[in-house]
Amino acid sequence: MEAFLHQILSGLATGGIYAAIALSLVMIYQATHHINFAQGEMAMFSTYLAWMMIDAGLPYWVAFAGTVALSFVLGVLIERIVIRPVEHAPVLSVVIVFIALLVILNSLAGWIFSYTIKTFPSPFTWEGSQNGYLSPHELGTIGVTLLVLAALFLFFRFTSLGLAMRAAAQNPVSSRLAGIRVGWMLALGWGLAAAIGAIAGMMIAPVVYLDPNMMAGVMLYAFAAALLGGIDNPLGAVVGGFVVGVVENLAGAYVVGTELKLTVALALIIGVLVFRPTGLFGRRYVTRV
Amino acid sequence: MRMAGVIVTIAVLVALPFFISDYRTFQFTQAIVYAIVLLGLNLLTGYNGQISLGHGAFYAVGAYTAAILMEHFGVPYWATVPAAGLVCFGFGFLFGLPALRLHGHYLALATFALAVATPQVLKVKHLEAWTGGVQGIVIIKPDPPFGLPLSQDRWLYFFTLAVAMLLFLAAWNLVRGRAGRAMVALRDHPIAAEAMGVNGAMVKSTVFGISALYTGIGGALGAIAVQFVAPDSFGTFLSISFVVGIVVGGLATLSGAIWGALFIQFVPNVADQISKAAPWAIYGAVLLVFIYVAPGGVAYLLSRVWGKLRG
Amino acid sequence: MTAPLLEVESLDAGYGPTDVLHGVSFTVGEGGITTVLGANGAGKTTLLRAVCGLIRRRGRVRFGGAAIESKATEDIVRLGLAHVPDGRGTFVQLSAEENLRVGAITRRDRKGVAADMERMYGYFPRLRERRHQQAGTLSGGEQQMLAIARALMLRPRLLVLDEPSFGLAPLIVRDIFAIMRTVNREERVGILLVEQNAKLALELADTAYLLETGRVVTGGPAAQLRDDETIRRAYLGY
Repeated sequence: MEAFLHQILSGLATGGIYAAIALSLVMIYQATHHINFAQGEMAMFSTYLAWMMIDAGLPYWVAFAGTVALSFVLGVLIERIVIRPVEHAPVLSVVIVFIALLVILNSLAGWIFSYTIKTFPSPFTWEGSQNGYLSPHELGTIGVTLLVLAALFLFFRFTSLGLAMRAAAQNPVSSRLAGIRVGWMLALGWGLAAAIGAIAGMMIAPVVYLDPNMMAGVMLYAFAAALLGGIDNPLGAVVGGFVVGVVENLAGAYVVGTELKLTVALALIIGVLVFRPTGLFGRRYVTRV
Repeated sequence: MRMAGVIVTIAVLVALPFFISDYRTFQFTQAIVYAIVLLGLNLLTGYNGQISLGHGAFYAVGAYTAAILMEHFGVPYWATVPAAGLVCFGFGFLFGLPALRLHGHYLALATFALAVATPQVLKVKHLEAWTGGVQGIVIIKPDPPFGLPLSQDRWLYFFTLAVAMLLFLAAWNLVRGRAGRAMVALRDHPIAAEAMGVNGAMVKSTVFGISALYTGIGGALGAIAVQFVAPDSFGTFLSISFVVGIVVGGLATLSGAIWGALFIQFVPNVADQISKAAPWAIYGAVLLVFIYVAPGGVAYLLSRVWGKLRG
Repeated sequence: MTAPLLEVESLDAGYGPTDVLHGVSFTVGEGGITTVLGANGAGKTTLLRAVCGLIRRRGRVRFGGAAIESKATEDIVRLGLAHVPDGRGTFVQLSAEENLRVGAITRRDRKGVAADMERMYGYFPRLRERRHQQAGTLSGGEQQMLAIARALMLRPRLLVLDEPSFGLAPLIVRDIFAIMRTVNREERVGILLVEQNAKLALELADTAYLLETGRVVTGGPAAQLRDDETIRRAYLGY
């Protein structure tokens, strides 16, 4: 029983990471109706930036803040430079551009930082917090995820920039007619997604270690999480993330064994897509014509 | 005129191995294998508009089918090729059935997940007796039949070339005929096509099956040429390089498969000398350039140049 | 006679390679109401889109003295031109109140926005009742009211309306037209109105133009068009 509880709790902790990445997928999906296949590599690259700053002697939280800010800017730039030209192109072109972005970021990271595996520090290592169930880092990860979700909720709900972003995502033409600069709103969406991804990367790097391919598996779970929660629903994505984390852990421990855990994600993705494309919490909007 | 081009191409391909080393011949064999795969992927993505980022999985199934049949059942190498094709057709058709309900990004996502999960499935302990687990399976290179005075590499080249020509001919017939029109119609105007009596579900999952069949045959031939199969050769990046191949060659063209195959076979070889990361950086950049500047790929560029030359 | 609020001169516009409008010229006076009449497909919606910079256009467009023919829609809107598009352009997933906030999103005066919100609820009490409801669930008439209110939240100098009566019950149409008249009289908001219902439009407007296959065939004081025999027969039906 003890072991079972432990599996659930540590599932929640990895689930927090999936939730964060799923959240960044939702950001971009809401704004552009595209699934960003390069999200994981963007997060990986951000984590390398953090590693560089920490390696240069910056305190952890300074590096953390610096990375989030820098990732935001990079996200905006990627949208402006790489994605903008295919804004109105067919889906296939968009998917290929995402794939290009994925391999470019991956190889760039390998080129600049080498493929050697690096350790990455966790900020949550205080003494005496070991309660037997969750490590301080796992607790910290869950906390950070919930904080990010809360901050996003407040931003979208109560600020006029948040409202403008939601409006631009829903109805670009009407938004322009209200004076909203829609193109910039999409770029901001990318910036936010990149920033959230950076946080997720910094949270998972202490667990999976830092290397250019660290996100491959994580991405798959994040996709599953986003789909499970409904790809246009931020709250759903977070719940989906935690659910997937727990399911992955339990399945790994008791059903398929750790070596087939990725297959669980594959099955979840295809299962959700085929049987419940709107996800568990996907909203269907009623529209009168 | 076109016919002449085809004849010249075939003549060059047949003569080629007699002018180059065994190692180069092996590389060209690999390129032909890729051409077969790209042909299959292009039928699906280019002609039928279904995006697959997971064809590495079918390639793996074909490769393993061939390896297991040879290793455990003593099946001759040439017989494993059609067997791999049939097995992959089955897999592709079955995967295509649920995939029917997915459009655009979602299909890309499902197939991407397939690509990511493939190496792990191949490593599974329960199948280790068959697949050799992480170690994989070593295959013995076949000798030329009838005492032909050819090296093993050259023989395999001709064998692969013959299979490829058959498959190109089949694909050509397919896209030219009724089936081809149905595929393109479904890609461009799905609702209208259904209204005109095209059975969308049937056509799409059959195309998925055929596409997997091509890819599986490629996988089997590739395994025989490389003499080795192991899980980590079939990761996400293999699937991505196939996508690179069809984009570079040109979507919805048959000749594009050749250009794309030459690209993914030889460019990494050259780029590798700069850095381990360089091939992929180049792939990424080339993808962007083709999408932004020349969405029709090399095949389209060549036809433009050809048109200009003729006035 | 002061300079007109909106002055359009030999405007060509269209979609893709084909022009729909050919050399269209018209004006809206400061605080005036101009209506553009015409049959289906005459190019009325295209005209409004061209003025707002939503489509490719060529020609001269001056708004409040500034040339806007090469400005982006967002910038034109920020000069005080509010457009109620055909189909109403509702943000269906936002609440009614959020729709109104979007309308005022370029404004920085919080107090003024809050006051205007109250004013809109005064014009359209139905919207107050439904303020927290998802806008997509409102009825057609309510969505039209919401669209007009959203446009007015900009505090525009010119209100551009595309077929506000389309598909609505006569009673609601009467309400909406009454509010347009109020807004025009009390706040001196200029109005450019495209309407199928020529009778109503001509009663409201001071100036009217008739558009046929992308060309202005006649224009002048609304009263004059109202009395014109051929127009009456073709567009007013009596």
